[in-house]
Amino acid sequence: MRGKRATARRPAGPPARLQLRWLAHARSGDKGNTANVGLIALEPSLYPLLVTQVTAARVARHFRGMVSRVERFELPNLNALNFLLHDALDGGGTISLKTDAQGKVYSTALLRMEIPVPFAVARQARPKRSAG
Amino acid sequence: MSRVVRVAAGQGFWGDWLEAPVRQVQGGPIDYLMMDYLAEVTMSIMQKQKSRDPAAGYARDFVPAMERILPDLAAKGIRVTSNAGGVNPRGCAEAVLETARRLGLGGRIRVGLVTGDDILDRLDKLLARGHELRDLDTGRPLSDIRARVRSANVYLGMAPVVEALGAGADIVITGRVTDTGLTLGPLAHELGWGADDWDRIAAGTVAGHIIECGAQASGGNLLKDWQRVRGLERVGFPVVEMSADGTFVVTKHPGTGGVVNVASVTEQLVYEMGDPRSYITPDGIADFTTIRLRQQGKDRVQVSGIKGAPRTGMLKVSIAYFYGYKAVGTLVYAWPDAFAKARAADLVLRARLRDLGLEFEQVLTEFVGVDATHGRLAGKPDPDAPEVQLRIGVRARERAPVERFTREIAPLVLTGPPSVTGFAGGRPAVEEIVAYWPALVDRREIEPHVRVEILTA
Repeated sequence: MRGKRATARRPAGPPARLQLRWLAHARSGDKGNTANVGLIALEPSLYPLLVTQVTAARVARHFRGMVSRVERFELPNLNALNFLLHDALDGGGTISLKTDAQGKVYSTALLRMEIPVPFAVARQARPKRSAG
Repeated sequence: MSRVVRVAAGQGFWGDWLEAPVRQVQGGPIDYLMMDYLAEVTMSIMQKQKSRDPAAGYARDFVPAMERILPDLAAKGIRVTSNAGGVNPRGCAEAVLETARRLGLGGRIRVGLVTGDDILDRLDKLLARGHELRDLDTGRPLSDIRARVRSANVYLGMAPVVEALGAGADIVITGRVTDTGLTLGPLAHELGWGADDWDRIAAGTVAGHIIECGAQASGGNLLKDWQRVRGLERVGFPVVEMSADGTFVVTKHPGTGGVVNVASVTEQLVYEMGDPRSYITPDGIADFTTIRLRQQGKDRVQVSGIKGAPRTGMLKVSIAYFYGYKAVGTLVYAWPDAFAKARAADLVLRARLRDLGLEFEQVLTEFVGVDATHGRLAGKPDPDAPEVQLRIGVRARERAPVERFTREIAPLVLTGPPSVTGFAGGRPAVEEIVAYWPALVDRREIEPHVRVEILTA
């Protein structure tokens, strides 16, 4: 939790970096060797931030070495983004040797990603006690 | 008209909670019970079972479930739609009829049997006619693996379900009908929706998608505020209340646990999603970017605004083929230096496999408690972790190297790094891999072969 205290003292200025877990919830599933992650803003007001910051390119960088290619789709009606992570499942289905052969918890791996957020958002978003 | 049709989810997959269908039938008013048993990998598992026992190949859980609820179904006029038939729908239908007779319900239960999804016998004819049945993911033609094909089933839509209900079926048993078709069928039948009423077809499809995984829409596996979800020990499975205009409410029976809110429905909507603008089923295309959700009351989410588009000329085929063999072995290493010990053991094991000259398509090591689910994203392992599980899997086209691998796990207990335990299960089993080959086929080749029969107990 580096940066927690530092940002708390700072009134404005450079944005804080926050893990997506404080800004979104998510669910993932599979289609063959592709995992999908639906990333849903915890509050509608946070959705534009996700659209701007959680780009396909950044998600691909986050999962570097774990997936071959990332596609992103927007669902503004649900305050959600859908990501397709290609070749994420060691063959997928019955072929895969992975614990998470069907990509059920890839969602939580995306929530580890950090994005820059305005200070005010960071202060609002991160709960006093860990709840997520 | 304020009439609503209530479709309740009773199972979300083969292996789901056995109490759910009973509680759905007894816990509140419903018109239909939808029992979805099939996932991508399920057909290949069922095919494997059928090859060992010709009477198997369907979701066996379905029969005892029907045994428990048949009297209630008959008394309340609740009808059932299910793809429990798997690769042997006739065997499943006969088992249900047998049960009905045993319960003294002979003559009162009509089973609608849907067949024609199984195209294994027609595969060569289709290939000869120029249908290549290319793998949707890899683009390879089916001829590459034709000799190893174990099953081939087309995803059928709502049409045979609607037909069976129209013919008076109380329980519709199908093979590979889509998960969503099991919900859409009853809705189209009851509300008189035309097969080309694309917006309503899309609405019923979205309703089906929301409830097809059971409690995953009503508080199960819900990440948002998960600690605040109460009563999962008596979780209520979702119920759809559909109106004729395609607007519906997702809810659950009173007094049950879990939660139905915008978050729970949204998480289920994005589950297994591809391009949200075109969720393609045999019945039509639903645009998930048009869905509007509104919390209408406690455990009630209203869903509206759904737009659809015409169905395509193709149907998806689920082909299962023999791929090879795999096995997974595990050992648990204890503090201190649990991870370092597990990693050392992995190196010893890999060196031994190499010295034996065994060839594998894949050797995958995961350290459970360190990196198994998040890979390198999990960061540095905790040096003080109380234990770490070494989990190593191998895959090969031949059986022999996998068989030999399964004999190399136990020896590590006395010949490898210290503080190792967790080997009570014995040698890991060699598993045959029956893999999934998704393809497309022209619907005109399939639909004339689909049959609906009404069987009476």
